[in-house]
Amino acid sequence: MDDQGMTSEPPAVDAGDLAVGEECREYLAEVHQFLDGELGAERRTVVQIHLERCRPCLGAYDFEAELRVVVSTSCKEKELPQGLRDRIASLLREVADDL
Amino acid sequence: MADPTRFADQAMEHMPSLYSAALRMTRNPADAEDLVQETYLRAYRGFGGFREGTNLKAWLYRILTNAYINRYRQQQRRPDESSLDDVEDFFLYRRLGGLEGARAGRSAEDELLELFGESEVKDALESLPEQFRLAVLLADVEGFSYKEIAEIVDVPVGTVMSRLHRGRKALQKRLYDFARDRRLTSAEPAPAPSDDDKHEEPATRG
Repeated sequence: MDDQGMTSEPPAVDAGDLAVGEECREYLAEVHQFLDGELGAERRTVVQIHLERCRPCLGAYDFEAELRVVVSTSCKEKELPQGLRDRIASLLREVADDL
Repeated sequence: MADPTRFADQAMEHMPSLYSAALRMTRNPADAEDLVQETYLRAYRGFGGFREGTNLKAWLYRILTNAYINRYRQQQRRPDESSLDDVEDFFLYRRLGGLEGARAGRSAEDELLELFGESEVKDALESLPEQFRLAVLLADVEGFSYKEIAEIVDVPVGTVMSRLHRGRKALQKRLYDFARDRRLTSAEPAPAPSDDDKHEEPATRG
């Protein structure tokens, strides 16, 4: 796996048997770039049009999108530890006074 | 030297997300607090070099990530790459896609959360090797773009995409394994996704 490569080509995604039509393979390969907001506007529209017509691809896109939401909400802490904000604020004041 | 009031106004609001990220990085609340504190000290001292109008949040994350790597890299000598399995694409969808709409009025999101639970999702993310954990954390939890992540962790954009791709697949595998170990899912793959999935635009952060 070329992890240190300088290329900006997206990694190959193998949708395998999930692809219904031949063109689906291509659309499924772009699911992450689409959800990441990293597709160009033109390509984005093309993908959206396909998703309106292709339920299997839409199902796969939807699943990945929902999973993102689950990961994001689960991994965010709801609260700061007690006193952390005040400790850091007073630390910064001390540093400021020293200089 | 930075104006402390101006720094506080702009930087302090990012503390909750920095703490959250620090906790996913260090996996330990006391270490996470130390790391956030160190980040603010370094940021305060370097604030004079911060260019107004550029992305303050990304700048703070870069400092946080560097502080984390400097502090903890020594503890983790084993090469990260080899500890990742090669996982097929759409790993979870192939197994759980049929869940969607399984019960009327429930979103796939609720189904997934019920299946895994918040702490299991955290554990799965925290179990990823460092460089993959950082990529997934910065993209999927913090919402940074490929370019911003490349700047935060100081690697080419292609490397970010590669780490994200492998990291996300590994995360799916681990989520599945955790759930299976609790016997909440069967070890057998779920049936192929039904084609009466609800017809909606996938959520994006565009």
